[in-house]
Amino acid sequence: MSFARFLRTVQLGLKSLLLHKLRSGLTMLGIVFGVFSVIAMLAIGEGASAQAQKQIVALGATNIIVRSIKPIEGSSSAANQGGTPRYGLLRSDYRRLTHTIPTIINALPIRELPREARHLKRTLNGRLVGCTASYLEVNHLNVISGRFITDADQENLANVVVLAFDVAHELFPIEEPIGKTVQIDTVFYSVVGVTAERTPSAGIGGSLTAQDFNKDLYIPINTFRARIGDEVRTPKQGGMDSEHVELNQITLSVRDVKDVMITSDIIRDTLQRFHAEKDFAVVVPLELLKQADQLRQIFNVVLGSIAAISLIVGGIGIMNIMLATVTERTREIGIRRALGAKQRDITEQFLTETIVLSGSGGVVGILLGLATPLAFQLVRWFTMNFILDGGGAMSETSRMFSEMSPTVALWSLPLAFGISVGIGVIFGLYPARAAARLDPIEALRHE
Amino acid sequence: MKPAAQVFDLQKHYDLGPIVVKALRGVTLEFPSGDFVAIMGASGSGKSTLLNLLGGLDRPTHGRYILGGVDVSQMNDVELSEIRNQMLGFIFQAYNLIPQYTVLENIALPLQYRRGYPPITTADEDRCLELARKVGLGDRLDHRPFQLSGGQQQRVAVARALVNDPQIILADEPTGNLDSATSNEIMEMLTALNREGRTIVMVTHEPDIAEYARRQIVMRDGVVARETVSGMADHGAPFH
Ligand SMILES: Nc1ncnc2c1ncn2[C@@H]1O[C@H](COP(=O)(O)OP(=O)(O)OP(=O)(O)O)[C@@H](O)[C@H]1O
Ligand SMILES: [Mg+2]
Repeated sequence: MSFARFLRTVQLGLKSLLLHKLRSGLTMLGIVFGVFSVIAMLAIGEGASAQAQKQIVALGATNIIVRSIKPIEGSSSAANQGGTPRYGLLRSDYRRLTHTIPTIINALPIRELPREARHLKRTLNGRLVGCTASYLEVNHLNVISGRFITDADQENLANVVVLAFDVAHELFPIEEPIGKTVQIDTVFYSVVGVTAERTPSAGIGGSLTAQDFNKDLYIPINTFRARIGDEVRTPKQGGMDSEHVELNQITLSVRDVKDVMITSDIIRDTLQRFHAEKDFAVVVPLELLKQADQLRQIFNVVLGSIAAISLIVGGIGIMNIMLATVTERTREIGIRRALGAKQRDITEQFLTETIVLSGSGGVVGILLGLATPLAFQLVRWFTMNFILDGGGAMSETSRMFSEMSPTVALWSLPLAFGISVGIGVIFGLYPARAAARLDPIEALRHE
Repeated sequence: MKPAAQVFDLQKHYDLGPIVVKALRGVTLEFPSGDFVAIMGASGSGKSTLLNLLGGLDRPTHGRYILGGVDVSQMNDVELSEIRNQMLGFIFQAYNLIPQYTVLENIALPLQYRRGYPPITTADEDRCLELARKVGLGDRLDHRPFQLSGGQQQRVAVARALVNDPQIILADEPTGNLDSATSNEIMEMLTALNREGRTIVMVTHEPDIAEYARRQIVMRDGVVARETVSGMADHGAPFH
């Protein structure tokens, strides 16, 4: 079929559809919703996976994070009765894990406390992080000036500090921080480096809350132990609250992503043997991907079913209307045949009409689909405020749901259009063939 | 005169299961080029069946049909469609215009189905305009069929039948729905076309309409019963 002839056929199709505007519009609706669902489904899937990717990058796909957590009040074991409560990861755990599990290629012990940092008159509520030289590598972090903590610093219990980007900026707005001192508690640390800016990580369930790394001050973990120690007292109403924690976190890296799950199981088993209470949590960033996948699957099933049902119902609606049209226009078909239309011409005419109908539905559906991100915001707002009751105890799913933003993938647009045209072909073929097979003489006699 | 069409022992049977209706039971006729024939006969005698076969809308059960020197009796649908489009023009009792099309679009309709689907040129458009003027509808080009009288609709049908310049024009009771004045107008038009050299085969019930033709063929029970030539004595069927 030449292009000019194709255009002419499409034009004819449009013309007869415009003859019955309401009917054509209603017939299109099924396709409109079907195509919209297809695009929305892909957009939400895309959004969920983009969000998971971002988190993975922030936390490291080959990392396994073990956090100390405070056991639930009242469930403390006898060992803790009376004295300062002790809980969490121990230095012996760190040694045991790093020495016994061969898949671990890098390990980072972390001790952290909220502390006020001061330089001259400027102060800042930051987070003091005791760590080792591995910190940079494990967290894919860079130093933008100076250097990071070295092994020599650990050995010498050096009073050195590396500032996170924001800390450097706030404590030293104009001057060069390196070589200056920062006071934390009563101790002065000399600044040796500044790290690059980092995107804050989102929380992962209850075990790893959202962290803003830009308020960090890094010191050698040995210095931390020597200057501050394991036991920490914090003033609280009517006395002091004290607790004894050796390590707040151990981040372990494996060489390959496929080792992550096994290694995390071994870590969990190893630690359980030496911890009577559940005072630690193993967090696997890779599991985020799985959660995101789960969420995406839920959306895919829901939207996929809507899409499939709408498309089929839409297709049947179109077929129904086209069959009615063929009956209505039997006489016209007879006239065309008498004047020289071949069966194929009649098939093409009605098939084109069907495709123009479903294709127009597809275009409207695509336009609606482009508004998916907006529609999603509305749905989310509604769900968060009226169904999930204002973000109290959020499940993993609703947390993902609340943080994700759907993005319409460009390639989904031609795909959706293709589907709508395909529906036109599938459901239009039968009526078109039925029209073409009519006996010309009988069609001419039709009232 | 070289024959425009010939049929030999043409038969058409309709198998209705328990019975077989023999609508045509052996018709042999010759239509010389430039002929003007009226087919008459009682209702059910097979006039329309014969005309439909001549029009390539159906295939005979038996017999041969030679159109312009070519045997078309066993052609397939595609070939027959091309024959209908290129060699034949149809005029129906019920006008059979397409209601959503204008006068001009109706006249141009056969151009859509020309062999190889050539694009419609300005020459084609000019021809449609000229035909519309020729049938006296030059000022009604954008009207739709429901805005026209029966006679006017039939004129559109005549123009449409001419657009592909066919050899033979087939008309099944072209005046059946018209009053006598309008009928005569249409018949004058057909007579003029015949004078231009076109072969016309027309079915009619009305003797005065049949008088416009050069030959009158009377059918009875699926065979030719009688044939007369205008102004001449009845000399029976010539091919028996
Ligand atoms: N499709 C068909 N199936 C069965 N029988 C048919 C069919 N078409 C025509 N016939 C029969 O063939 C015979 C001839 O019909 P035809 O239409 O040719 O008559 P006609 O001479 O045109 O009559 P009229 O003057 O009423 O139009 C009739 O008996 C009719 O019932
Ligand atoms: Mg008849």
